[in-house]
Amino acid sequence: MTLTIIKPGLFTSIQDLGRRGYQQYGVIVGGAMDRLSYRIGEMILEQTPSAALEFTLIGPTVKFNCDAVFCLTGANFHPLLNETPCPMWKPVFAEKGSILKLSYCQKGARGYLHIKGGIRVEKVLDSFSTYSRARIGGFKGRSLAKGDELPILPSAPSSKEKWGIQPKNWLSWKEPVVIRIVKGTEYDLFTEESKEFLVTSVFAITKEADRMGYRLAGEYPLSTKEPINLLSEAVTFGTIQIPPNGQPIILMADCQTTGGYPKIAQVLSVDLPKLAQLKPYENIRFQLVSLEEAQQLLVQQEKAFKLLELLCSKNDEESFKN
Amino acid sequence: MAVQFKPLGECAVLVYFGNIISQEVHQSIKKFLFILEKEWCDGLIEVVPSYTNVCIYYDVLKVHQWEQDGHTPYKKIVSFLQTLLQQEVVLPKEKQRLIEIPVCYGGSYGPDLRELAQFHHLTEQQVIELHSGKEYLVYMLGFAPGFAYLEGLDERIATPRKETPRLKIPSGSVGIAGKQTGIYPLETPGGWQIIGRTPLKLFLPEQHPPTLLRAGDRVRFVPITEEAFAELEGERR
Repeated sequence: MTLTIIKPGLFTSIQDLGRRGYQQYGVIVGGAMDRLSYRIGEMILEQTPSAALEFTLIGPTVKFNCDAVFCLTGANFHPLLNETPCPMWKPVFAEKGSILKLSYCQKGARGYLHIKGGIRVEKVLDSFSTYSRARIGGFKGRSLAKGDELPILPSAPSSKEKWGIQPKNWLSWKEPVVIRIVKGTEYDLFTEESKEFLVTSVFAITKEADRMGYRLAGEYPLSTKEPINLLSEAVTFGTIQIPPNGQPIILMADCQTTGGYPKIAQVLSVDLPKLAQLKPYENIRFQLVSLEEAQQLLVQQEKAFKLLELLCSKNDEESFKN
Repeated sequence: MAVQFKPLGECAVLVYFGNIISQEVHQSIKKFLFILEKEWCDGLIEVVPSYTNVCIYYDVLKVHQWEQDGHTPYKKIVSFLQTLLQQEVVLPKEKQRLIEIPVCYGGSYGPDLRELAQFHHLTEQQVIELHSGKEYLVYMLGFAPGFAYLEGLDERIATPRKETPRLKIPSGSVGIAGKQTGIYPLETPGGWQIIGRTPLKLFLPEQHPPTLLRAGDRVRFVPITEEAFAELEGERR
């Protein structure tokens, strides 16, 4: 039983929540860029994080070679199931032979296609996520190509298809998009002007923006008071580094495990999904918050998520409709 | 230096044991990692040691739910780590590993060897002897899976990076960049001076741990002929 890739879309790859525990060996975490969309999709299908498809700017066209249940999350790629508009954020039944066509997204950048039972690929180093550079994980360690046949399990339709959820806050925004940060490990070594510019000026995402990182362009270069030569140390998803040219780089899901540029700030975990949905030429503005607040926000989000999970597992036609 | 803590965002904390590369700092890090492994608990996600510090990734919600009311998860994790630091441990008598890396120097495997030798007014043989004549210490892994940051390169062969990076450097290539020497685990672009190649695989995703080299290992390069290279590469397949 398979899913055929008729058109691959852009950078379509298998992702999950990434590889944890192997960064000490230089193995990146990887995983879904917009982890919130990914997690909600897996939750809607009531499964533990499985192998799902992530696509960027242009979505794939796929054919189901067996009856299947799927769910679409993330940005809206105007999905058509057998040429009929198809809902997102809820389980959808596809009969054997159905074609799901995703086009491009006007708002947002990344979408997810989750399959009931997950795409049946093997885990490598405890994760399904594709690590292209090392050619491991996902489907043959690479982005998907036309004609790829992804193994899936057949699913029968169920009453669960009558419900869904309506996400709002991280998939809608006005420019400049406010991204919250906490101070980075070298924050204090930056000039007063640099610290000021960081939170007052607007930064544009340049076209050098991919799963590894976003290069930003600001009005003024940021610099440390004195030149510093740092030893390589741990960096992570959301770390904002300032290379010698003074223009920030935000590290994203596929970032290296260690880096040597001064780190001026770190994007809040709760704002990474929004950042992952931004495209080149969109503008952002940073807002500095305390570490305490950042942790509170994350705790709140995780508690809300747990509640949602509970509701999902108990849902029926009466509760939790949108 | 007293141990220092710095948050790396809200999900990780860096524990600093010094600010320069030294065997002493490296030993403190090893000791701390040993205690951490022994006292590992729910809420900790993973650790990433580097030259002077250890980064500990943690689950903010789980740490939030640890006992001790009224503290932020950051304060809780720091106080937990502080108690670990107070433990007196004797590291088990070291079975420090010495890994020998066979390297075919020069020729097509080490396209920059000749120029590098000329740059230092040495013969190719002298460069090979200086590079393979001593032991290196693996301080940390990073940059790419299985890439070891080796310390101990002879100053006489320290060489600046190439002005124009190569687009493709085959995996197993052994290079020099400034005072560093290292082995490329994967085929990547790069600006290192390539002096040889090893037939060994550095990244082994099917094994645990998935790398040939680990932090704390000692490494020695052993010069081999092209014939030996071909033979070893054949065995690997």
